[in-house]
Amino acid sequence: MPMKSFPRPSDLPVPAGAEGWEKIYPYYLVFQDELKDIEDEKFWFCDSQHWPTAFKPFETIGGEFAVKCLGQYNARHLMIPNANGIDFRVHLGYLYMSPIPVPEEQIEARLPEFQARIGHYFANWDTMLDQWRTKVRGTIDELESLRFDPLPEIVPMDDIVSGKAMDGSEVLMENYDRLIQLCYQNWQYHFEFLNLGYIAYLDFFNYCKEIFPDIPDQSIATMVQGVDMELFKPDDELKELAALAVELGLQSRFDNTDNAAEVLDAIAAAKGGTRWLARWEEAQDPWFNFTTGNGFYAHDVYWREELSIPLGFIADYIRRLDDGQQIMRPTEALIAEKDRIVGEYQDLLDSEQREVFDAKRQLAATAYPYVENHNFYIEHWTMGVFWRKVRELARTLVHHGVFAEEGDLLYLNRNEVRDVLFDLVTSWGVGAPQGPIAPAYWPPVLEERKAIVTALKTARPQPALNTPPESITEPFTRMLWGITTEQVQSWLSADDEDSSGLKGMAASPGVVEGTARVIMDASQIHEVEQDEILVAPITAPSWGPIFGKLKATVTDIGGMMSHAAIVCREYALPAVTGTGNASTKIRTGQRLRVDGTRGTVEILDVEETLPEVSGPGAHSHAHAPVGG
Amino acid sequence: MNYVQTFHADIEPELENLGGKGASLVTMTAAGMPVPPGFVVTTAAFDSFLSDSGIADEILSELNGLDTDNVTEVDTVSARIRERLTSAEVPESVRTATRDAYDELITQCGGEVPVAVRSSATAEDLPDASFAGQQDTYLWINGYAGVTDHIRQCWASLYTSRAIIYRLKNSIPDEGLSMAVVVQKMVNARTAGVAITMNPSNGDRSKIAIDASWGVGETVVSGLVTPDNILMDKVTLQVVTEHIGEKHIELVPADGKLAEREVSAERAEVRCLTDEEVTSVASLAKRAEKHYQCPQDIEWALDRDLPDGENLLLLQSRPETVHSSAKKKTETDESVKKPATAGIDLGSITASLMKSNG
Repeated sequence: MPMKSFPRPSDLPVPAGAEGWEKIYPYYLVFQDELKDIEDEKFWFCDSQHWPTAFKPFETIGGEFAVKCLGQYNARHLMIPNANGIDFRVHLGYLYMSPIPVPEEQIEARLPEFQARIGHYFANWDTMLDQWRTKVRGTIDELESLRFDPLPEIVPMDDIVSGKAMDGSEVLMENYDRLIQLCYQNWQYHFEFLNLGYIAYLDFFNYCKEIFPDIPDQSIATMVQGVDMELFKPDDELKELAALAVELGLQSRFDNTDNAAEVLDAIAAAKGGTRWLARWEEAQDPWFNFTTGNGFYAHDVYWREELSIPLGFIADYIRRLDDGQQIMRPTEALIAEKDRIVGEYQDLLDSEQREVFDAKRQLAATAYPYVENHNFYIEHWTMGVFWRKVRELARTLVHHGVFAEEGDLLYLNRNEVRDVLFDLVTSWGVGAPQGPIAPAYWPPVLEERKAIVTALKTARPQPALNTPPESITEPFTRMLWGITTEQVQSWLSADDEDSSGLKGMAASPGVVEGTARVIMDASQIHEVEQDEILVAPITAPSWGPIFGKLKATVTDIGGMMSHAAIVCREYALPAVTGTGNASTKIRTGQRLRVDGTRGTVEILDVEETLPEVSGPGAHSHAHAPVGG
Repeated sequence: MNYVQTFHADIEPELENLGGKGASLVTMTAAGMPVPPGFVVTTAAFDSFLSDSGIADEILSELNGLDTDNVTEVDTVSARIRERLTSAEVPESVRTATRDAYDELITQCGGEVPVAVRSSATAEDLPDASFAGQQDTYLWINGYAGVTDHIRQCWASLYTSRAIIYRLKNSIPDEGLSMAVVVQKMVNARTAGVAITMNPSNGDRSKIAIDASWGVGETVVSGLVTPDNILMDKVTLQVVTEHIGEKHIELVPADGKLAEREVSAERAEVRCLTDEEVTSVASLAKRAEKHYQCPQDIEWALDRDLPDGENLLLLQSRPETVHSSAKKKTETDESVKKPATAGIDLGSITASLMKSNG
């Protein structure tokens, strides 16, 4: 059977207005004409799970650090026998990945190294994870300490007296470099335990499949998943605050939460308000270092900086409590159900099998919760501080006349920002009357880049590029992204199929019918209404507060262990993940039947399908003519 | 000695009195499972009939020196014995007990209902599975006369030519050979089938395999249709795989008896169970397994006369023996060559990662 293919990078039309897009990203991130033969030979899949919308140039930092650091643990730290890292490129604003295999003849030699390394981690898990928390906290504390103050008018007298002999600009430059380095540092730490968590999970997974050949993936996941996880803590804190507000009779103060300061003042003036505010303050550190986004975008909004967001969620929880709804996660019931599932599978085994089963489950249950919990420390907390510091720097650059507005910085890549800093400190240092050169150089470039990014966002990425391999073997690709041979085939055959149905992973059991709400990014999540079915490229667990309203969830990308799958199982919602194109195929308002047990989504009222996004133009690779 | 035992009578079921099927139905009823009501005509009733009518002695002399290779002779003997079993007078005490039990059942059902009459042999646990198949089942029997007539037919089924030859060839003595008969309210099945509390194709005990078709379950048991086949996870009750069969006929009541009827092409190709019903059937099978502490093979039916939620009935549950015994054998083989390793097993972890490269 001839293998069907996805388009080549050069086959893709450039959206109108995005011509010249490749020049806004660093050269090493885009496909190169010189490497076309090599790059077209490889299969690339789009990670729209983590990067659902087009990058602004500065924002590639998250993608670069995350995917690089993931890869280094395979290729350089743990010596995974059969998997090196994941190569990646930005194409038309989206991140595409290509796993790098280990040549067959090298696998054997890596085995002893691999076993020694993972053996050490698994044998010292708790100690090393404690060290990890200390390291990560240290990074975050240092990030918090970085200052990007405006440069002084003159060097202070004290520095003259002490003979410091520095003008202060070095602090700005050092802190910028340190900001990037600290971000890089926590991304390295991010993956110290992540791949191990997946390895332990995979070992248990495969053993389960051996002894219970058709065991649903969901059952395996449930048996190792933590119930009381740090990642759910921010949402739990809001629920507790809502319950306390009800207990203290403060409901009426939450009628309109748009202006956080007013709400908090009103609470302070109310009886019992002091007690509530004390609890509110306590919850913020660290749990409000939490974003409704996923930490990878500068536009991600963090609770601690936009208090109207947590207040709005609290107000919603208060309404539900007043309606007599149960808002707390049924933790005890979830634990009891997990114990029941583990117990019933155990009972089916003889004593030898049971010993192996218990050992593997124990290891997976120890190592796996990290896969969830790290998210709070890195994506939410670290990146929250990082983006806040970037904004502080941007403010100072605006203050010095480098940029007209704070958001301009994001349209430079991080090395261009360094150039701008040299521009600033030089012009400032020499006392140039016109200030930095930047305002003479950047405005037209910024205008062009803003237009390009806007244009890139109008097109959805392809699920993948080029010809897929006969089978997808890289274990992390399969687990983390749900990119399996079957999945890729289903993407490829999507065009041939009955247009009313979608197939994905049966990520969380149950069947419901309801109305679709398509949400393309975090900024739209307030549109979700009670009892709708969420359809999104991805979901983030930080959308927690809306999950209580949902009937089911459908995503484009993500496997059994994607955040969407886990949070849905946690909230006992049916979920189908990894459908490839649900968010573009389904429209808000359509009736859906979601079967999270079988992994199918049926559009009950089919209309005509959406037109393909197309646009004229060419980019660095020679383009095929764009058809109608 | 009781000649009749109702399913719900609070008497410890004895296999030798009730036969395998009868004992199982009494046990399941006592365990609170949804078994249609009925009663068992015990082996004591059969024994009493044989001795009072003198047939016991006749059988012994008929079989004495019978040449099992002489098929014609065996057939003649078989016919003679069966003729006696279906016509000789049944003792008054047995008749009264049966009549009372039948009347009670009719009262319990709120009026005249069709019943199933099935033989329930004490020797059903013999290793040769085909032996069980020699027992008879009569469905949709109306009226007391029909019931007694078919009870006798069940008795007579002990002396078919095949049964006679089987026993003689395997030196199974006829002394002590007996037969109980189950009389049970007939389920007006909309959908029925079987369920095995394991995956019969690989012995995976974490699965439940359901076969289901339209109408009375005989079509599934006897292989008259390709049933819907649904494999479920026993622990989470999720559907793992399903194949929709071609259920081209169904067995449904017509003019006071069961008749085969064509199923429309449209209905033949849709699953004959709703999601909720699939879960209910699996839960029922699971309950039966839990009760008996070993894998079960159950027969079930959804009664079209009962309301949703109360319409799933358990008709039979017996140990699944084929795969259970096969599995033990392989386990022994494997345990010799592959000792299990507990603790952190780096070899296994490596193998897991490499598996996909295979």
